Amino acid sequence: MSWITNFLTSSLGKKLIMSLTGLFLIVFLVVHLSGNLQLLYDDNGVAFNSYAHFMTTNGLITFLSYGLYALILLHAIQGMVIAWSNRKGRSVNYKVGNTKSNTFASRHMALLGLLVFFFLAVHMGDFWYKMKFTDQLMLVPVQGMDVEVKDLYARVDAAFAVWWLVAIYILGLIALALHLWHGFQSAFQTLGLNHKKYTPVIKGLGMIYSILIPAGFAVIPLYFFFIK
Amino acid sequence: MNLKLKIWRQPNKEAKGKFEVYEVEATPEMSFLEMLDVLNDQIIEEKGNPIAFEHDCREGICGTCSMVINGQPHGPMGLTTTCQLHMRHFKDGDTIVIEPFRATAFPVLKDLVVDRDSFDRIIQSGGFVSVGTGQAPDGNSILIEQEVAKDAFDAASCIGCGACVAACPNASAMLFVSAKVAHLAYLPQGQVEASKRVKRMVHQMDREGFGNCSNTYACEAECPKGISVENIAKMNREYFSSVIGSQKK
Repeated sequence: MSWITNFLTSSLGKKLIMSLTGLFLIVFLVVHLSGNLQLLYDDNGVAFNSYAHFMTTNGLITFLSYGLYALILLHAIQGMVIAWSNRKGRSVNYKVGNTKSNTFASRHMALLGLLVFFFLAVHMGDFWYKMKFTDQLMLVPVQGMDVEVKDLYARVDAAFAVWWLVAIYILGLIALALHLWHGFQSAFQTLGLNHKKYTPVIKGLGMIYSILIPAGFAVIPLYFFFIK
Repeated sequence: MNLKLKIWRQPNKEAKGKFEVYEVEATPEMSFLEMLDVLNDQIIEEKGNPIAFEHDCREGICGTCSMVINGQPHGPMGLTTTCQLHMRHFKDGDTIVIEPFRATAFPVLKDLVVDRDSFDRIIQSGGFVSVGTGQAPDGNSILIEQEVAKDAFDAASCIGCGACVAACPNASAMLFVSAKVAHLAYLPQGQVEASKRVKRMVHQMDREGFGNCSNTYACEAECPKGISVENIAKMNREYFSSVIGSQKK
């Protein structure tokens, strides 16, 4: 099995792991956003609460969600390992920096990733942890269901009435947008997919995705804070 | 034109270097290296120690001249080596900061001279075709599509100067290594050993202490020969198919 360890510890193997986990997380964000947009229904949380109940009690989803957490951690830890070895690539820095030949996002992927990770800690601590491991959320009846479900909608409503939580969300999502701005097309390059025929399409899609998805998420706290 | 130069001075590999300030009188038609020659004459006349810098062909084809000028390897002009950079691109009274290429795998030997033997070791690990080539073959004895020949030639135009490493925020050698891997992998003569070659060259690159590629593409932007990062994608494909597809472990 030495060939596989040699492969996965080589610089290209390490990057392949970043690329594949990154692309998986890109797909996850679409799923997550489409579920969360139910928060915008004007039904006092009926749709969102029954969705949240399903997502936290369905066995298959729970199983998959632990896979997702593992891949988030793998992406984050591997990213830090790579960033650390990249720092060792240049022990003495230049006196005059060069910002002309690449983008801000591409230079600061590790920092942006770290910001997204801290944002995730705040985000999951507030919603996921309270939903799954505490009894802080009220039980409410939902039309058409036999059991009462936890009122996550009320927690979202309360959280997004706090200005500094809304600010953390917006900043976290800006960091995410920049991370995706570079990460989307970079994942394809690492897989070896770079060609004049389709790379402009990948780059275009990456730009649209990295603006649209974080903007979609940002609508939710802004809607609760300013409109609702 | 009067110029103020801040140049990295370091007497040897072990010593701690520092910037020193010089003033020099140059003319717009001088090349950057000729301007440094004038400065060195001046230093020698004052019984000083001239600035060590590497140069050879001074025609932009050998890849020997290596320095970072105001933060950019080979200076501010695109697709230009330092020796082909002319002083007309600077203004009278400019301050120019000149530093050596900075990378752990390129240790400074003296002043602006760095040790780029790590590139030679990468080539030695597999960047060749191991058959007796004999005399130059007839032009079209092996037929190669024009598009393939063009890609191979573009990759082969890498002069191995190391500007990609110097420009990369991670000091990664991916553009250089990928150009060498791709150039041989495109052609039938190189394809026989392609699978073995890419593995050996990547592993040697990792051993030399270069950083990883994070696709910032600073290498492509600063490359004096315009080597494309498409070669990096090509090398990634070659490497993955070598690991997954080849019989050898």
